Parts: sequence; structure tokens; C-alpha cells
Amino acid sequence: MQFMLLFSRQGKLRLQKWYVPLSDKEKKKITRELVQTVLARKPKMCSFLEWRDLKIVYKRYASLYFCCAIEDQDNELITLEIIHRYVELLDKYFGSVCELDIIFNFEKAYFILDEFLLGGEVQETSKKNVLKAIEQADLLQEKTENMYHSKSFIGYKKAY
Amino acid sequence: MPAVSKGDGMRGLAVFISDIRNCKSKEAEIKRINKELANIRSKFKGDKALDGYSKKKYVCKLLFIFLLGHDIDFGHMEAVNLLSSNKYTEKQIGYLFISVLVNSNSELIRLINNAIKNDLASRNPTFMCLALHCIANVGSREMGEAFAADIPRILVAGCLEGVRTRPHPVVVCQRHSISISCGYDLIRSRDSIGPVPAALMADMGATNGGGQSQCCSQEGVQCLQVDSMDSVKQSAALCLLRLYKASPDLAPMGEWTARVVHLLNDQHMGVVTAAVSLITCLCKKNPDDFKTCISLAVSRLSRIVSSASTDLQDYTYYFVPAPWLSVKLLRLLQCYPPPEDAAVKGRLVECLETVLNKAQEPPKSKKVQHSNAKNAILFETISLIIHYDSEPNLLVRACNQLGQFLQHRETNLRYLALESMCTLASSEFSHEAVKTHIDTVINALKTERDVSVRQRAADLLYAMCDRSNAKQIVSEMLRYLETADYAIREEIVLKVAILAEKYAVDYSWYVDTILNLIRIAGDYVSEEVWYRVLQIVTNRDDVQGYAAKTVFEALQAPACHENMVKVGGYILGEFGNLIAGDPRSSPPVQFSLLHSKFHLCSVATRALLLSTYIKFINLFPETKATIQGVLRAGSQLRNADVELQQRAVEYLTLSSVASTDVLATVLEEMPPFPERESSILAKLKRKKGPGAASALDDSRRDTSSSDINGGVEPTPSTVSTPSPSADLLGLRAAPPPAAPPAPVGGNLLVDVFSDGPTAQPSVGPTPEEAFLSELEPPAPESPMALLADPAPAADPGPEDIGPPVPEADELLNKFVCKNSGVLFENQLLQIGVKSEFRQNLGLAVQTKRVAAQVDGGAQVQQVLNIECLRDFLTPPLLSVRFRYGGTTQSLTLKLPVTINKFFQPTEMAAQDFFQRWKQLSLPLQEAQKIFKANHPMDAEVTKAKLLGFGSALLDNVDPNPENFVGAGIIQTKALQVGCLLRLEPNAQAQMYRLTLRTSKEPVSRHLCELLAQQF
Repeated sequence: MQFMLLFSRQGKLRLQKWYVPLSDKEKKKITRELVQTVLARKPKMCSFLEWRDLKIVYKRYASLYFCCAIEDQDNELITLEIIHRYVELLDKYFGSVCELDIIFNFEKAYFILDEFLLGGEVQETSKKNVLKAIEQADLLQEKTENMYHSKSFIGYKKAY
Repeated sequence: MPAVSKGDGMRGLAVFISDIRNCKSKEAEIKRINKELANIRSKFKGDKALDGYSKKKYVCKLLFIFLLGHDIDFGHMEAVNLLSSNKYTEKQIGYLFISVLVNSNSELIRLINNAIKNDLASRNPTFMCLALHCIANVGSREMGEAFAADIPRILVAGCLEGVRTRPHPVVVCQRHSISISCGYDLIRSRDSIGPVPAALMADMGATNGGGQSQCCSQEGVQCLQVDSMDSVKQSAALCLLRLYKASPDLAPMGEWTARVVHLLNDQHMGVVTAAVSLITCLCKKNPDDFKTCISLAVSRLSRIVSSASTDLQDYTYYFVPAPWLSVKLLRLLQCYPPPEDAAVKGRLVECLETVLNKAQEPPKSKKVQHSNAKNAILFETISLIIHYDSEPNLLVRACNQLGQFLQHRETNLRYLALESMCTLASSEFSHEAVKTHIDTVINALKTERDVSVRQRAADLLYAMCDRSNAKQIVSEMLRYLETADYAIREEIVLKVAILAEKYAVDYSWYVDTILNLIRIAGDYVSEEVWYRVLQIVTNRDDVQGYAAKTVFEALQAPACHENMVKVGGYILGEFGNLIAGDPRSSPPVQFSLLHSKFHLCSVATRALLLSTYIKFINLFPETKATIQGVLRAGSQLRNADVELQQRAVEYLTLSSVASTDVLATVLEEMPPFPERESSILAKLKRKKGPGAASALDDSRRDTSSSDINGGVEPTPSTVSTPSPSADLLGLRAAPPPAAPPAPVGGNLLVDVFSDGPTAQPSVGPTPEEAFLSELEPPAPESPMALLADPAPAADPGPEDIGPPVPEADELLNKFVCKNSGVLFENQLLQIGVKSEFRQNLGLAVQTKRVAAQVDGGAQVQQVLNIECLRDFLTPPLLSVRFRYGGTTQSLTLKLPVTINKFFQPTEMAAQDFFQRWKQLSLPLQEAQKIFKANHPMDAEVTKAKLLGFGSALLDNVDPNPENFVGAGIIQTKALQVGCLLRLEPNAQAQMYRLTLRTSKEPVSRHLCELLAQQF
């Protein structure tokens, strides 16, 4: 996968994940172009389209469009289910997720995505395993204060 | 406010996001953001050290602002600081910021790498994963260099040191955040791990999933995060993959290869899932090193495919066991040919058959996710079958399966079936099976509501086309073209053109098809397509008469596409004679039909038609008078377009000067084009790229121009060829009109103010254009003027120009041997000249100073582009007119442009010089002058003057070393004049003898006079 974009029906970008090096300018251009293309499509149309030399796989969930760019050899249907699994993960984490959750907790949306996809490839497909990693982090944060004061943990003094 | 705020709610961030969302306008949003940026900047710069939480919050705000699309140019250092925080979420936000806003600042990268290094060595799986995610997200070369060596170790061992060689001194449970020192061996022992006691969960504030958690054993004392080691491996695998993609040289697997391949056997499905991606990428580069992965992949796949739908627990997705892993394994196998080992191959074929069989089973769920996951595996299986292309039975089964999908109610499946069938069509085993679906596919082309599906249908029709169904497919595609979406028209046109050519049995069908293409979708018919039809018609004499008749008919449509005019013009120009016998298409009728389109066409087409006309003069002498009349019309001869004007002038002269024989030779029918691969195919292949130059076009030009040139007298190389435009007839290099009689007192017309007194002439990129329009008709005697008039006044027009000032000649002489200086000066103004000459092109710039009252001491520049069309004697006049003291002042000067400015120095040996000298021995070719020196006789000064004059100075030519010998060529647009000169100083008599020999008598005399005044 080369990149994943989440945007609203109004064309507002909610999440962007790039797995290939591109300049900011190029990213903005691609985003503009794709948002326009995908929003112009009608509901019953197929979820795949050719774009430049890539394949675009997209699906709409409520007010949000999830849009992935994959390479020629990649499998469209499994990409569609990557999107769905990601939605499930968000849903499970936030509890019936909506666009607002992703706006206000955008960093979480990125963390969840990183546990699921890395370098553009599926890293872990088990819902349990992905969420476990994220929830551990949440808990860790609340407990660190108490746990990490001792020298026994390999911590670092601030270098700067 | 957020609907959910889990874990570490950052209130300040939520408030800020709310504010942004409440902004009514873009301006308000920018204002709010700028306010926040100022706030954050002051916090970062402030004296008070920020605590970790605040730092995290502000860095997160910056990130949010960046993701909104605004530029962020600070905060990197604070983010880097967060990396070394002990608090997980602070570290996490730091890494996120770095991943999103990578900065190439090398000092920063050093710090980042340092933090990553620490985390990788921490043995804390969660920290290690964060660091690995960061490397994978950034994927830069610098990070690759820093970590490519460490990551394979982490990948196979789960940590930097290797677990099994040394017991873990510290094991951390993320959930309990307890570190213990023990020698626990991290060998997977999921079964020994029990659920976390509910009380403990509650104590820790866990809000969900308590009972299911597997991470801890009882008591929360001896707790272990077994899965974390797996997740480290997973991250390491994909991290390595990303680094390898970015810089393949950095990740030599070498010793690790075997252990990496062995990850396919790992018990943890997540590890296998990640590792397959890495192996697939690595084996493309070194297939032999990774060959052992084939049997491992097959057995893994076999186990998955044959497992019951619930066996794999959380790796089962909507009743489909491990769909992602299955697809990846099938992709990996596509990197290799079919397995050589019979047992492995048998097992694999069994798998593939199982997948095909399962497709026929009733679905276990009605959910689309179930069918998508199942079919994802099916399509990948079919891809592998097509890749092997060796199992006819499987290929045909695949084709039948796809045939079912062609009529599926899911648009996605129809789309993919059409796409997949395209590749099946190219296999000899399944081509026929694919062809049986032709009606369904044609129906899809007609009825699908989604253009991308129709496009797939068109692709498939193209792929399944052969001689047996070509006529049906081409006619269906033509019909579709009438309503096709604009986006895909060009591609359809190319495909039709290729199929029509490839499967043409009789070429009249081919010609009809292409003309239909132009009729239906003329705008989308590219040059390649209509060039190609001309090539084929030219090369096949059995179709030429038919082609002429058909285009003639097509041109009779009241509105026909310009491409039709081009094809028609070319074909009638070549083969119009084949239908001239029919009174309905007699030569005059053909001509008037073509000419009726002329005025509506673009320059390129009109240029082509002019070539058709001259061909008509040869083919049909009876049209000569009419056509000459057309060529002679002012709209042609004085056309503003260089190409059109030149063609009109040349063709008119050619038709009046050349004998019938010469005409017939020059305008002979085009020779056959050499056979070569269709350029349309190439065009189709690169259709997505930017349009590149057509190979056809270039090579055709070469052959045609050499053919044309072969039959005529060599053309003088002085004829400059104007910028190219479509020139199918290859007449660009046709001979120029016979050299006109040498003009006596020819004038360069310089009228830079023809657009009005305020127009500023500018230096155009193609200086020749500006003056070419003055080539014809021969210049009137009255010299034109450069008119400078700072105060617009109702003054007489430019034709009213006084005689040059008395000293004009003297002023001019100052410039014979130099190119810049003050041309004229009096109490009112000064005129300076700066000029540059290249071959027959000159550039002259005057600067003039206008009286202070009008334009206080200002300088005004006028730029002139000058082209020397042929040799001339009198320089152009410069007329300056202005008001001073209430009266109009006018001044006429000679522009310092003399024929010697267009000299190109020529070096030659003594022998050549004397040989040429002798060749120019006609009495009028030589001009000689003996005169008294006006200046001190200094050899160096003389040399400088001769060089400034423009000729080359030749040493060791004249036996007398005191004498000067020079040679050069005067470059004009019409011709070149070779010049040789000899200057013999006689110091005792203070006299010179100057001899000039040139190929043109007036030039010899003129140069002699010009030069003689310089000494």
C-alpha cells in the first residue's frame, strides 16, 4: 500500500498515512485530486478505480471515506477488508466510533493504524492483539508515574 | 467536545480542536491557529521549564495544526525531547510527531537516532515497537544506515541480544508496569498464562476486556508480556521491509536468510503475516537464496486452507481463516515458477483446487466481509494459476468461475472478473474459454453504469480479440465510442486502430474503420493513428483507389473533423488521380472540396493542404492556374505564419520556375514507408505517461526528406528552415525559389513602431520571425524608419522621413569595425548603439537620451532584431523624431548595420586560399583600391580593424609577412557570399592596396569601399 487517506464527505482530510516518500506539495496535490475524484463517484459504483499507475480502493463509512492506494499487483478485495478491519478496530477502541472521535483523538487513530499496518503492509490482523497493544499504552500512561520512579528501570536522564 | 476521551485526555488539545471546528471561516481558523502558534512558541521559549505533559500537549497541537495543512517550522526539538521521556504516551507523541514531520536537520536526526537506539536496546517491547514504527514510518536513508544492521537481529530473536542465549534480566509487563528480574525464558507458553484477576484489573483502572486479557499470570507479580516479543518481531520484519524498499543496498540479509525464511513456520500467525511481506520483497531480488520458502509457504497455505472456519480463532475473519496471510502466501508463490518437487507441487495444486471448490460452496455468512475475504483468496489463487500458466484444467476452471462473476450483482466482483479475465485471455489454454463470454462482455460495455467497469470491459474485449471475432468487437467498440466517456475515448480509439490494423484481412475494412474513428471521435484521434493509416495506404497499392474514393466522400460531409481534412488532403494529394476519371470527383472538384475546408483549419493543416496543392499541380496540370492564384493571394504570400508564408512562396515559385520534369521528380508519389512496429502500440503502452515524440514521425521525416532531396539539385545550405510543423509530405527541404536577381540598393525594412508610437519592440525568442514578413514583396525605394516619439503628437506618419543628416556616412564608418559606441550626439540627445551579430542574424540596441525637460536625463532603449535576407549596400535608416522647445525635431541617421556585420570568419590553409582566390578570377568579382593612409600605419591596429571587420586573419599565407590576408563568408538568409581579402601596406609611401574577391560583384565593391575608409 502506498498511502491511506481518511476524509469527510465535505472533503476534509481526517487522517493521512504515507508509506512512500513524497514531498508535502505532492501529498497535498494527490489528496486534492483523490478527494475530488472519490467524492464525485456515485454510491453504487465499484470501490476500485485506476488512478495514475495505482489502484484506488475506497469505501464510505457514515460520513467518512477511507481510501487506499495500492500497487498493480496488490489485491483489491483484501484491501477493502483492510479498511473494514481498521474501522472495526476504531469502533472497538472508541465504542461505536464516529468522525468526531477521529477528529478529537486523531493521535489514537494514528497509533491504532501503526499497530495494524506498518510500512504499508498488514502487521497484525488479530483484533485482540492490536487493541491490547493500544490499551496497554493507555494504562501504562496512568501508572507510569508510580512505577518508573525507581532506578531499577532502564530509564534515561534527559539528554538535553 | 470529544465523544470519547480515552487514556490520556489532553483537555487543552480538545478545547483547541473545538475552537478550530467552531471557526466560521478560513480566516477565523487561520487567526485562531496563529494565536495558538504564538502561544506555543512563547511556552517553548519561556524561562519556565515545561513539564512532560505540557510539552506533549503542545507538540500534539502542532501536529494537529500541521495535519490541517499548515506549515510548522518549530517544535522539532521539543518532540525529540519527548522521545527520551519515561512516560509512554509522551514518548509516543514524540515519535508520532517525528514520523509525520520528518526534518532533514542533521543534528536533529542524530538526536532522534540516539533516542531510537536507546529504545531498541531497552528490552522493553513496547518501547522497541515504538522505535521500530518510527523507523518504518520515516524510512529515510539515514535511519537505514543507522539501524539496518540491528533490525535483522531483533527480527529473529525479538531483542538485540538474543533471548535464548541469555535469560532476560528484566521483563516488563505493560499492563502492570512491573519490572522483575528473573530468568524467565521467553519461549511461547500461552497456555500457562491465565486471565487477570478481575480485582486486579479494577485496581488498575482497566475499563474493558478484563477477563479476556492473556498477558498476566496471577498475582501481578510474575507477569510477562509474551506476545510483546512477537509484536517486536512483527514490527521488525516490516521495518526492515520499508528500509529495504528505500535503500536495497542497506539490508543484506546474508547470514539471516535461513532464519528469516524459517519465520514462515512461526507459531504466531501475526509474525508469519508480517514476515511473508518481507520475504516476498527480498526474494524478488535473490530468488535462489530464498527458494526454501516455497515448500514452507505451501505447507502453511495448505494448513490454512484446510482448516475449519474457527480453528484459527482471532485470525479467522468472518468465517474465513487467515485471509490476509493466505493472500500474502499466494503472492509469495507468484515470485517463483511452479514447485519442482512433485510432492510440494501436488500439495499446492490440492490447495488451489480446494479454493476453487470452496467458491462453489454456499456462503457461511451473508456479510459482504465474508464474501470479500473469500473472494480475495480466490482471485489471488486465480492469479497464481495464471502465473503458472501450465495447468489447463485449473485455467479453464478459473475462467468458468470468473464467468459466473461477470453477472454477479456485486459491481466489485464484476469489475475484478473482467480485469482478471483479461490476463486469462492471453493464455493459450484459456483464450478460447474466455472468448465464450464475448456476449456478456459486450453487454457489460453497453449497460454497466460505472465507467471504470466499462473500461475493464473494453480492455477485455481488446484482449480476447482475434481474427475470428475482430469485426464484431471492432464494430461494438466503435458503437460504444459514440457515447463513451471522454476520459477513455483516446484509449478506445487507439485500441480500435490497433485491432483494425492487426486483424485486417481486406484493407478497405481497415480504411473504413479508421475514417469512422475520425468521424466519431476526431478529437481523440492522435497523430499516431492518422499517420499510421497514411503509411498503410501508401504501402498497399490495392487500397489506394478505395481510400481516395472514401476520403473524398467523407470530406463531403458539411462538418468534418480537421483530422479528416488532414487524411483527405494527404491521400488526395498522393492518389487523387485514381478517382479523377469520375466527373463527380474530377480534379477541380477535388481541389475546391479541399479548399472549402482550408480557411477553417489550423496552421498545421493548412500547411499540409498547401503541399497537397503543389502535388495537385503536378498530378493535374489543369488545376495549375487556379492553384497558383490561391498561392499568390496576399493571405498566403504575406501570411503572418512563417511556415505558411514560406510554403506559399516556395510552391508558387517552384510551380512557375521548374520544368514539368523537375516538378514530376520533386513531387513524385511518396515511396513506401519502411515496415516497422506500429507506433500506435507504443502509444497505447505509454498512454498514461506524458506524450512523447513519435518515433514514427522522426524516422519518417528522415527517409522522406532524403528521398525528396535525392531527386533534385542540391540545395544551398544557406536556406534556413523555419520551425517545424506537421509536414507529411516531407517537402520541408524542397529547393528554394531560384535565386532572385541581386537587388541593387536593397533595403532592410525596419519599422519597429508599426503598432503605434508607444509600442515597445521586444527581443523575441525567434528573431527571424519578426522580419520574415518583409521578405516579399521587394522593398520599395523609400527607406522605412525607426520612429522614436516620446511625446505622442499628431505628427506626420513614418513615411515622411527626411534625408539622413550630412554626417551620417561618417558616423556609420565609425561602426564598420566595431559593434558598440555612441552613434550620434548633440546638445539634445545622444544615441548609443550596442549590437551583436550571429551569422545572418543581428541584434542592435540603441539607447537614446532625451532632453531633460521631457524625460530628465533618462535613457530609453529600443531593441531591434535584424535579419540579413540577402546582400545589400545601403544600411537601414534610423529616424528619430521628438519635440523640443515647441518644435518638432527630427533626425535621420544610418543604422550602423553594414554587410560586413554578417561575416563569419573562415580559417583556411594557404593552398586552399590560393585555390579559391584563383576561382574568383572573373573581372567583376574583384575590387581593388589603392589609397593613402588616414591614420598612422600600425600593424596591430590594422589587425584589430580587420578582425573587427569580421573576416578571419590568415597567417603564413602571403609570402610577404607585412601583408594581411583574410577570409570569411557573409551569411544572408538567401545565400552565402565567400570573401577573400588582401591588404598590402606600403609604409614608405604611406599607402595601402586593398584587394577583395567575392563570389558577388557588388559585394566585392561595397566591402572594398567600406574597408578602405578604415585605414
